[in-house]
Amino acid sequence: MAAKKESNRTTVEQKSDTEMVVTRTFDAPARIVFEAWTKAELFQQWWVPKSLGMALRSCEMDVRTGGSYRLVFANSMAFFGRYLEVVPNSRLVWTNDESPDGAVTTVTFAEKAGKTLLTLSERYPTKEALDASAGSADGLPESFAQLDAFLAGR
Amino acid sequence: MVQCDSTRFDATFAALADVTRRGVLEQLGRADASITELAAKFRMTLTGMKKHVGVLEHAGLVRTQKIGRVRTCTLGQRRLEHEAEWITQYHRLWTARFDALDAVVAELKSKEIAGGRKKRK
Repeated sequence: MAAKKESNRTTVEQKSDTEMVVTRTFDAPARIVFEAWTKAELFQQWWVPKSLGMALRSCEMDVRTGGSYRLVFANSMAFFGRYLEVVPNSRLVWTNDESPDGAVTTVTFAEKAGKTLLTLSERYPTKEALDASAGSADGLPESFAQLDAFLAGR
Repeated sequence: MVQCDSTRFDATFAALADVTRRGVLEQLGRADASITELAAKFRMTLTGMKKHVGVLEHAGLVRTQKIGRVRTCTLGQRRLEHEAEWITQYHRLWTARFDALDAVVAELKSKEIAGGRKKRK
């Protein structure tokens, strides 16, 4: 059990001034993992986990090259963008257009012996954009929770 | 929202990229020390240790103060915490997401196995 946990660990690495990379292995073939990223009803079950104290109000995804997506949180904050590349069971690339300095996210699914190594990269247009995001966007879960609490208290 | 000073951010990562400097930070986390003491601890020349401490000081991770003939090093305030904090938060976000994704994937997999059995009768 402990060994399994170890191999399925989430790793985070800052690859360069403008790129963050996250990896994780899932114990399922790539087509199953890919399905969980591309069907809205599945995607919203995990993209905003309960432990983050947030809730999604809606999730629309038109997963094909050139298609767009839009996620709206309970507090009306929206995240949206376009799919630049959709290669079934192997690769997804999308923009994050809610900010002019938004990253381009690339997700690759590499299957090996029935398991899938997932690699997610967030590439920012500039070093400043990544640094700004480091100070703010990754604090978003917390800010959302605070905003929600604030709105609930009104 | 907090915005990092990118130059200092770089200096911090560069400072942390070296095993001796990380050791020095760990050591100073336990107790203040003079450069002479640090040099002895890490089996290094005084000049070599001065250079490492200089890099850490430049990054704001360490402060030094000369009292008499001894230069004492102490841990700088908050700098390390800030960088460590956002990486930790980023890691926490993705770990939470991927743990939840793991559960969704496991469910899909078991459904597929059950469905496959049915198809094959």
